[in-house]
Amino acid sequence: MFQYVLKRLLSTLPVLIGISLLLFFMLRMLPGDPAQVLAGQMASQEDIQSIRQQLGFDKPIFVQFGLFLSRLIRFDLGRSARTQNPVLEEIGSRLPNTVLLAVAAITLACLFGIPAGIISAVRRYTWIDYLFTSMALFGISMPVFWLGLMLVVVFSVLLKWLPAGGTGSFKHIILPSFTLAAFVVAFITRMTRASMMEALSQDYITTARSKGLKEQMVIIKHALKNALIPIITVVGLQFGLLLGGAVLTETVFAWPGMGRLIVDSILARDYPVIQGAILIFGLLYILVNLVVDLIYAYIDPRIRYDGRK
Amino acid sequence: MMEFHSLLSIRNLRTCFHTYEGVVTAVDGIDLEVYRGETLGVVGESGCGKSVTALSILRLLASPPAEIKGEILFEERDLLKMSVDEIREIRGNAISMIFQEPMTSLNPVLTIGEQISEAIRLHQGLTRQEAWAKAIEMLQMVQISSAEVRVNEYPHKLSGGMRQRAMIAMALSCHPRLLLADEPTTALDVTIQAQIVDLMERLKEEIHTSVLLITHNLGLIAEMARRVVVMYAGKVVEEALVEDLFSEPLHPYTQGLLGSIPWIGRKMETGRRQLQEIPGMVPSLLEMPEGCRFHPRCPRVMEVCKGEEPPLVQKEGRRILCWLWK
Repeated sequence: MFQYVLKRLLSTLPVLIGISLLLFFMLRMLPGDPAQVLAGQMASQEDIQSIRQQLGFDKPIFVQFGLFLSRLIRFDLGRSARTQNPVLEEIGSRLPNTVLLAVAAITLACLFGIPAGIISAVRRYTWIDYLFTSMALFGISMPVFWLGLMLVVVFSVLLKWLPAGGTGSFKHIILPSFTLAAFVVAFITRMTRASMMEALSQDYITTARSKGLKEQMVIIKHALKNALIPIITVVGLQFGLLLGGAVLTETVFAWPGMGRLIVDSILARDYPVIQGAILIFGLLYILVNLVVDLIYAYIDPRIRYDGRK
Repeated sequence: MMEFHSLLSIRNLRTCFHTYEGVVTAVDGIDLEVYRGETLGVVGESGCGKSVTALSILRLLASPPAEIKGEILFEERDLLKMSVDEIREIRGNAISMIFQEPMTSLNPVLTIGEQISEAIRLHQGLTRQEAWAKAIEMLQMVQISSAEVRVNEYPHKLSGGMRQRAMIAMALSCHPRLLLADEPTTALDVTIQAQIVDLMERLKEEIHTSVLLITHNLGLIAEMARRVVVMYAGKVVEEALVEDLFSEPLHPYTQGLLGSIPWIGRKMETGRRQLQEIPGMVPSLLEMPEGCRFHPRCPRVMEVCKGEEPPLVQKEGRRILCWLWK
């Protein structure tokens, strides 16, 4: 197991190098001159030229890439072109907010989605199944910004229970995490329902019932454990995406997360920040996948990664 | 002949399924009797209602779509009238079941020990450790080698024969009075089949359990059963002691079944060139023929068979559902 984890961690290196390569050259294909954007519309040619020299954009592109890689090896992501702060600092101030929001949203979504999916599967084609299934459809079809705004209107403007935006307290996270969860919960409910229905139709469920087990025991111990693999997959994928930042939700609730940082940096052609943020995002995504794979092995004894039978 | 006391008595059992295409009656008014200590064989082609009968006894069919009517008296109590808690108390305890597919009937994510011991804990009120020790004992009883190791393993590490042994260990762990064995050897290799049959025979004696043996394998019936019931299209068409049935089958369907067994040396004795087969197919449960259900395939069909349902004829302790013996 330890060897497997080590191997997986080492194999992230080529992936990260691949990401940085693609990222570096794709960024440079964007139209617009970063020095021009930074200097502003009224800047003189000399100003633009000096900014270009300062940021190293006057050197040949391969030299730029070499410099970028050599700094990367030393964990130096450079400085933001906009604020002059180190990129790691910029990301460091945003990442915890994003992780917090992602964890809150995914927890909420699981707390509602998994039980709802189980109940739907057990009571299939009854009113409660239709209720949960249509709620899931509702959640998936609702535009996030609209739901966010409606929640703000109701809970902040009308009822004045919760703040409309910003960070700082537990209250601040309720509305944005709820907004994000509404979308994710739909996936989880549907996957849980389908996966549980599949598990409940298996022979070993009849065996379990023939032993005289209580129905709750049959559902939770015998069916759910078998149904978990696809559910974990969906949860992992959604969590990975949430870690990349949720631009719309962050914008609606003025939440200083990674999504807004990336979008703002792209608009400002702030290459170092974009590169750093996306690299971190890639790394997190790979780590989430690794954790999901390890959970698989924990749940299903048929999956073992150490190569032994 | 020794006296037999009834353990399970099924009266006019009718199990139907409500489907989109209509009501399918899988078991249509059958009567069965299992006596204490005996093995009753139930034989018939696929789809004749054998398995549905077994699942109906323990009420393991999802309802809806299934609907079970009639009486199933087990030790004089009607299983069909019991509450959910009462029938759960019977399942895996007084009556337990072995299934056809050892590959899919065990839960892949739980250890063998957990699957055996959970029924023991439930019905015998033992602690986790005691039930675990009992599970190891049961595995030794079904002759699984190094049971202390196997008990911690997951089903995928065991071969088909071993899994079926584990399944038997599980079913017998609470010393049931009745064992429903639904095609217990069908999915296994022939050599393994013989081992499982020996094992079941031996354990039946040790635990004094009665067995309802469901199979389409007449050889297995000849080996294990005392009496045999032949089912066709949801009905019991013949019932007799095993010796009587094999020496003198009375119902044309039973005759057809016995004629279709390959038998070394038969060609020389009778000059027959090939195996007899029963022409035609088992009728669809949605479109049962009028009159006797077997008449479209019967070699001795008469005019009366096509219009009227055959009577149940009692003859020398046997039952035959056929116009021929009226």
